[in-house]
Amino acid sequence: MLFLADFNVLKPEPGLLIWTTVIFLLFWFLMSRFAFKPIGAALKQRETDIQNALDEAKKAREEMSHLQAENEKLLAQAREERSAILKEAKDAKDEIIAEAKERANAEYKRKVESAIQDIENQKMAAVVSLKNEVGQMAVEIAEKILRKELANKSEQENYAKSLADNIKLN
Amino acid sequence: MTAIRKYWIALIFSGFAAFAYAQNDHGHDHPTHTDQHGHEHAQPDSAAPQPAEHAEEHGKCGHSINAPQEFNAGDNAVHHISDANIIHVFGDIYFHLPVILKSEKGWSFMTTKAFHPHHHSTGENSHEGYVLVHGGVMRIQGGQMADRDYAIEDITHLEVEGEGKKKMQYNAVIEGQCYPLEAKTTYDGGILGGGVTSFMDFSITRNVFTMLMTAIFLFLVFRSVANSATKRRGHAPKGLQNFIEPFYTFIRDEVAKPNIGHHYEKYMPYLMSAFFFILGLNLIGQIPFFPGSANVTGNISITIVLAVLTFLISTFSANKHFWEHTLWMPGVPALLKIFILTPIEILGLFLKPFTLLLRLFANITAGHIVILSFVSLIFILGKSGESMSGSIIGIGASTLLTLFMMTLELLVAFLQAFIFTMLSATYIGTAIEEPHHH
Repeated sequence: MLFLADFNVLKPEPGLLIWTTVIFLLFWFLMSRFAFKPIGAALKQRETDIQNALDEAKKAREEMSHLQAENEKLLAQAREERSAILKEAKDAKDEIIAEAKERANAEYKRKVESAIQDIENQKMAAVVSLKNEVGQMAVEIAEKILRKELANKSEQENYAKSLADNIKLN
Repeated sequence: MTAIRKYWIALIFSGFAAFAYAQNDHGHDHPTHTDQHGHEHAQPDSAAPQPAEHAEEHGKCGHSINAPQEFNAGDNAVHHISDANIIHVFGDIYFHLPVILKSEKGWSFMTTKAFHPHHHSTGENSHEGYVLVHGGVMRIQGGQMADRDYAIEDITHLEVEGEGKKKMQYNAVIEGQCYPLEAKTTYDGGILGGGVTSFMDFSITRNVFTMLMTAIFLFLVFRSVANSATKRRGHAPKGLQNFIEPFYTFIRDEVAKPNIGHHYEKYMPYLMSAFFFILGLNLIGQIPFFPGSANVTGNISITIVLAVLTFLISTFSANKHFWEHTLWMPGVPALLKIFILTPIEILGLFLKPFTLLLRLFANITAGHIVILSFVSLIFILGKSGESMSGSIIGIGASTLLTLFMMTLELLVAFLQAFIFTMLSATYIGTAIEEPHHH
């Protein structure tokens, strides 16, 4: 009991009670006002910042891959377009060549036809002149026959015959 | 491994045995005394002026407190964990503190220098009717001798019977006359030998000084962290920030959030303040020399204040749901409620802070007592300097045991600060818990 009676630390003392209350309340107030609130706010801010940064990085990565896909798509499209253009050019070339050929053909045909026409015309002219000549000859022959018939009937006939044979030769 | 363990256990047990022996000794050795005694009794008491003569001279007053006596580990430990009005640095060097006293005659302001302390933090003279005995202020009964400073010839102690209890009576010998002394007012209701006396001590004692110093130190550290945290917003934390911020996030994420819930932010400053106040004082109390060594969190006055604050916060935050479940538990027969449940719940309401204050107090005090007892081993085994070989064995054993205890105390310092904060958060959490929808 003597030991316990000495045990000062177990005896609540007014001075210590009051001083502890005052010091702790002040400490609490000052610390919360000037230390814990700013630290808490800064920590919260940093946590949100970090979260935001992470989110942004994730978003950027997604966007990047998205962009890449788009790029590839664009590239493919360009390639397709190029081949289409090439194909078109080739088609156009073929068409031009074909057209040119056709036109040449047509010209050729026209030329041939006009030549044929010319030949025909000349032939016709020749025929006409021949016919005219033959007519003239026939008239001459007829004149000569008439003259011979007038001299010898039989001879006249023979002659006519021979004339006729001549005509056939033509 | 087992050999080492056995060795340790043997050492620890021998330490306890020595402690127990010292306690035992205390019981039989009545010429010892009470308040704040035993300081530096390890040394041969040659500095005391003719102690034997004093003891004879003032025989009617009792025994001189400077009389030579056997070393008492219990008294020694109690003296060192007690609060004091003066800080004894070493030798005859003292750190003087303000003394603020209130008696029926009014307030008295002075410093401990006014008492001219010398051997064992005991004053050479009285001042305004007060004397300094072993670092604690006492008053000459009845407000006598307050007219001027009187030289104190000796301080004596005498065991007296009062109200069926043995009590230690201190006397001051002034001009050959014996004047009984009174201790300061304490609120233990006389159970522990204290009680309301004619004066109160509102001094900046060793504990108050340590609290102030710790609070200012912590404030400066946290202020600088807060400053750099605010200034360096958007930058990585640096320096002290990296040390302090994890504590904040730990208390927030491991203590406040899981126990309190959504409204945790409101209670964060209190929890953080309590945690760091207790931790700081625990750690500073472990430094064995000035300006540390004050046993602040191991003093019940301090833990009472902290526990009462937790009690007030949790009680005033409590919602309807909490009171309903405490006072009138739904779904329980009325008779059971009136006679068993409600009384128990009301008792529990006050028991919670009581365990809170006792746990912290007991852990820290016990740790200090064990350390001091281990240090006492040197003097016990060395028979206060008579036995050289005993002293050497004592030093070896004491160093190992004290090292072990101090490491354990370091853990306890953190643990108790954490437990106090954790339980405070739990009590607040229970009080503000929203009803569950069944």
